[in-house]
Amino acid sequence: MTLIDTPNLDDPDGFLAELLAAHRGLTESQSHALNAQLILILANHIGDRAVLRAALDLARKV
Amino acid sequence: MAYDYKRFAYVPPPGLSMSEPRHKAIIVGAGPVGLAMALELANRGVASVLLDDSDVVSTGSRAMCWSKRSLELFDRLGIADKVLQMGMSWSVGRVCHGDDEIFSFDLAAEPGHRMPPFVNLQQYHVEQLLAERALAEPQIDLRFRNRVTGLDQDDAGAHVTVRTPDGTYGLSADYLIACDGARSTIRAMLDLDFEGDLFEERFLIADIEMEADFPPERWFWFQPSFHDGQSALLHRQADNIYRIDLQLGPHADPGHECKPETVIPRIEKVVGPDFELDWVSIFSFQCRRLRDFVHGRVIFAGDSAHVVAPFGARGGNSGLQDVDNLGWKLAAVLHGDAPASLIDSYNRERVQAADENLLHSSRATRFITPANGAERLFRDQVLALARKAPFARGWVNAGRLSTPCIYATSAPDDARLPEISCPGAVAPDAPQGEGWLLTALGRGVVLLAVNCEPPTGLDLPVLVAEVNDLVAERYLGRAGRALYLVRPDQVIAARWVEADARQIRKALAALWEGRP
Repeated sequence: MTLIDTPNLDDPDGFLAELLAAHRGLTESQSHALNAQLILILANHIGDRAVLRAALDLARKV
Repeated sequence: MAYDYKRFAYVPPPGLSMSEPRHKAIIVGAGPVGLAMALELANRGVASVLLDDSDVVSTGSRAMCWSKRSLELFDRLGIADKVLQMGMSWSVGRVCHGDDEIFSFDLAAEPGHRMPPFVNLQQYHVEQLLAERALAEPQIDLRFRNRVTGLDQDDAGAHVTVRTPDGTYGLSADYLIACDGARSTIRAMLDLDFEGDLFEERFLIADIEMEADFPPERWFWFQPSFHDGQSALLHRQADNIYRIDLQLGPHADPGHECKPETVIPRIEKVVGPDFELDWVSIFSFQCRRLRDFVHGRVIFAGDSAHVVAPFGARGGNSGLQDVDNLGWKLAAVLHGDAPASLIDSYNRERVQAADENLLHSSRATRFITPANGAERLFRDQVLALARKAPFARGWVNAGRLSTPCIYATSAPDDARLPEISCPGAVAPDAPQGEGWLLTALGRGVVLLAVNCEPPTGLDLPVLVAEVNDLVAERYLGRAGRALYLVRPDQVIAARWVEADARQIRKALAALWEGRP
């Protein structure tokens, strides 16, 4: 599988709102912790090192 | 009880009064690796002189967690029964975060192996057992208080100058094996340096004696309340001696931390007040190796060649695996049965193994002692997740425990045969009648025939396996029959579902030439 970098999620506005709601009321370090856990959970769910590597590359790209 | 150190006798060596004949092998350092090397060579008909600058076994437990593969080697060297009887066999590890156990693992989940996954036994006991065997072995000339002070080599051999309480003498041999540890004198004499990582974090390592009923399990704590948010490791050893490793942080002062008045209160917080402090040492860890383990007629094995952080029991065990790999090769070359190129394969294979050990132990050290910032954030969140999601338990790295390296090879293979017995791997054990397959394989090259007759016309010992469920699972997989060419160190050299004598002869030639 290759990394999908074209639209793939229905209602992105709705997801962003959910993501931000999850962070509401958290301190900065609690937010960092939540983000880290999310990355770990999603990485395990994706379960494909090549896709994850491509995602890392995309995230690091300036 | 605390160990009763006895001095081994120093005997003035013959070289002080006359010129000694040229020897086959000089081994420097009578620690577990040097002693095992001498015994393994003696097993294979090679006499050696084993030099040690001291006359007592190691102080403190040091390498104390012996893996299944090391136990199999100990069996070949004649001490496995005693190690099993004296040591604490364990297979369960528990990992705690704060004061809660977040998960446990059991390495003995897979049955049908003669040896347990691990046995804890202090290094001094293992050295004593090996030394007693070596002293009784006519092919080993074990010389205590013989310190190497000079080294020279040419195309044909190595020459050393040795200092004893009675003066200095010279000694020559076809090969010299440096088993003289992390601070190797031989390495310094050749002006060789380690390459790799140094960790600044300091750890306290202590042996304590106590009458307690801790089970023989490996206990690891991340951020326990009893140790100020750092990490701790507890192992039960023989004689009611427990081993504790405590992380101290990068700024700990070794002189201060070693003092009983500092150490005892720290350990009291872990186990309570009823214990005797037996040995304490402060370590910072290295994950480094020599670029090459073979330098002409000088060969490095064990800590003189590579040093790792201790999480994963990869120090002593990898040294013994060096011995397992080098013994038959050196013996074959010295007997004229194989070209010197076979020794280069020791370098290739054990460098691969060292890199694997270094990678695992550096990753574990980073997980256990994360740097501030992203490293600590992710480490802490893996631990937090492990409490609520099963997947994250496997991500917690409190040390990945030593297993034999699978050597890279392009030898004949067949995809229908199981992964566990692929070429380059140690042959997996399995029951055979009243005994065990690894015992039946012995110490020489053998062709293992599983559910078939081997081809005729081969000048090679053959072992026809008794096919039971475990043999079928570990050696047949999706095939109905198989042939395995097994090396003297019980590593699979090549395997086929069907092969003729010519194919097997070709693989046999590659084996003796040390080709990958």
